[in-house]
Amino acid sequence: MTIHTLSVLVENKPGVLARVSGLFSRRGFNIDSLAVGETENPDVSRITIVVNAESSPLEQVTKQLNKLVNVLKIVELDPSTSVARELLLVKVRADRNARGQVLETVNLFRARVVDVAADTLTVEATGTPDKLDALLRDLEPFGIKEMVQSGLVAIGRGSRAITAGPALRAA
Amino acid sequence: MTRPTPETLAHSARRARTAAEAPGDADHTRAASPAVPAARPAPAQVSGAGSLVRSLEALGVDVVFGIPGGAILPAYDPLYDSTVRHILVRHEQGAGHAATGYAQATGRVGVCIATSGPGATNLVTPIADAYMDSVPLVAITGQVARPSIGTDAFQEADIQGITLPITKHNFLVQEASEIPRVLAEAFHLASTGRPGPVLVDIPKDVLQASTTFAWPPTLDLPGYRPTLHPHGKQIREAARLISAARRPVLYVGGGVLKAGATEGLRKLAELTGIPVITTLMALGAFPDSHRQHLGMPGMHGTVAAVYGLQKADLIVALGARFDDRVTGKLDSFAPDATVVHADIDPAEIGKNRHADVPIVGDARHVIDELLAAVTAERAAGRTTDLSDWWTQLDDLRERYPLGYEEPSDGTLSPQYVIKRLGEIAGPDTIYVAGVGQHQMWASQFISYEKPQTWLNSGGLGTMGYAVPAAMGAKVGRPDTVVWAIDGDGCFQMTNQELATCALEGIPVKIAVINNGNLGMVRQWQTLFYNERYSNTELGTHKHRIPDFVKLAEALGCVGLRCETAEEVDRTIEMAMSINDAPVVIDFVVGKDAMVWPMVPAGTSNDEIMFARGVRPAFDEDDI
Repeated sequence: MTIHTLSVLVENKPGVLARVSGLFSRRGFNIDSLAVGETENPDVSRITIVVNAESSPLEQVTKQLNKLVNVLKIVELDPSTSVARELLLVKVRADRNARGQVLETVNLFRARVVDVAADTLTVEATGTPDKLDALLRDLEPFGIKEMVQSGLVAIGRGSRAITAGPALRAA
Repeated sequence: MTRPTPETLAHSARRARTAAEAPGDADHTRAASPAVPAARPAPAQVSGAGSLVRSLEALGVDVVFGIPGGAILPAYDPLYDSTVRHILVRHEQGAGHAATGYAQATGRVGVCIATSGPGATNLVTPIADAYMDSVPLVAITGQVARPSIGTDAFQEADIQGITLPITKHNFLVQEASEIPRVLAEAFHLASTGRPGPVLVDIPKDVLQASTTFAWPPTLDLPGYRPTLHPHGKQIREAARLISAARRPVLYVGGGVLKAGATEGLRKLAELTGIPVITTLMALGAFPDSHRQHLGMPGMHGTVAAVYGLQKADLIVALGARFDDRVTGKLDSFAPDATVVHADIDPAEIGKNRHADVPIVGDARHVIDELLAAVTAERAAGRTTDLSDWWTQLDDLRERYPLGYEEPSDGTLSPQYVIKRLGEIAGPDTIYVAGVGQHQMWASQFISYEKPQTWLNSGGLGTMGYAVPAAMGAKVGRPDTVVWAIDGDGCFQMTNQELATCALEGIPVKIAVINNGNLGMVRQWQTLFYNERYSNTELGTHKHRIPDFVKLAEALGCVGLRCETAEEVDRTIEMAMSINDAPVVIDFVVGKDAMVWPMVPAGTSNDEIMFARGVRPAFDEDDI
């Protein structure tokens, strides 16, 4: 099994996410991570999907996805030629004694403190999944009270862009 | 590529009829030509419901099958005055299968209408059926008013969510102004590319809202671009393989019928001399009587067709999908074959069997271009001698023909009944089967010579399909004789539509192959469950409940019964002579007849059984 990152450009219409995610479960795939948002064109949304799959069944799912009427384009992003990031918000126990050490860890990872309470710090960090895992590992000993993570978003390196292209312009 | 416009859409929907009246109208270029601008009348003030009915008229719809109810009721008011004929069915499942039968028999889009909630959910089976068999179907459902959506309102069901996995696409209309565009898009999606069902769910307040109607609307489907023309390089590669193969077969599926490619198929087959195998969905695409036709492949296919695929060195699949009923155990299917797979749906290619030469395109274009490419190969002197291959196949055809044994208990043989029906009704009749033994016998013992003469539920295997689908076929082609061949189990699922047929003047003919049992299930119990007949006896023999003759009469049909071989011809001929009412014949047949040959589910095609305990000797054949 290999991790694949798919960028799926879809029409920004109600119910499209259900069509896309439903297709994955129906064909027996687990989605590891999912992120959706508007693109430079407000009529187009971009769904970034991370799946763990063999390449031949993944090809079948990609073809089935392409058949969805609201799907405009699908691109698989190669990790070596793309930038991928997740966002993490984590509430760490940090009383007067521990606060200094927590802040040191936060700085080491170039994370930021976004909220302070008497006995906790809330930390925001972005990065690759590996970097965020490492940060969490280092924060764990202090005590993690709560955490939330976004799905992965990814974009290709270089000047070439993934757009809905002529398909949408023709519309 | 050129985006189809609603003008061409409405045009193609009407083509079949207008072509006869004004041949020039069939020319597609006319609608797009700037010299003849499409008339765009000033928008008219209408209700959403009015807009729906006007859209159906503009799309060339002549008939819809449905049942009214609360949420869809506004649509029934303008329908009352419309040129669109509404056929009031007895169950929404009947509306769906009727629309499917209509579409399968005519090639046009079939339309069914139901109300919200249970009306809509009753359409689920026919929609799933149409999805599996790629039938152009548009289902229109009423929905509760927009403010009530999501409140568990009376007769509310999320039919868009429910049908997500079984439609090509579906819509929930949000504004009355969208109705013409959504309808035009639904018809376009249903009928182009790989055809399929499309559902349009319209809330009641949208139907009641005031709006304007203008035609034609502009389609907005930026993500929908079916590939019709195959890639030239792939075609040439396929032609090269065809010209070099020593044991080739043409494996023909329903896509060839849908593309209207049967003439081309015949030319291709005759040019190359390659054996032709037609799947259950493709019967009629190539004449059964043609010398090159090996028959149907798969679980109940002919020995020659199963063997032909299994031992082929080249399989040219045209609009077929390597279904599990065809391939048997996939690992051992056609181990030596190079595969050329042509389909309009790229997702079918390589789904089950790796394709060495994938070709995405409409079967008509694919076959036409293959013809040209193979002709070029021939001109260059490249061809192979298939006589050894034909010698082997002919030998198998001779040793293992389709046949059956007369029942030893003196009961009427179901195969004999079906064979005689085919012989008497002839190749111009449309035959519509349910699902089970009778369906397989109908596929085996009737000779299909023409396209669109065989309708059945292939992919989903929907018992109860036959009666309503036959009704729809007869509505679509009123001048053609339509025979449903049904089982006693299937018939009891949907026979209420015979009341619709009787009242609406739709004189279908139904042959109930009544063996008193769920015959195919019983056959599996005989073969795989030690003859333990758990819940397959229906009592239609033992107790004559129901009495199909009385039932037919109660439903406004002529009821006939036939229990002996001597009465078969006379009874069929009597049914053939009645054209002013639906006719039901209760053929009381033996319960022990089985469908042969058979590849047991999940086993290799090499394990095909010619009859109980008789395996063709493949291994000894020196291939």
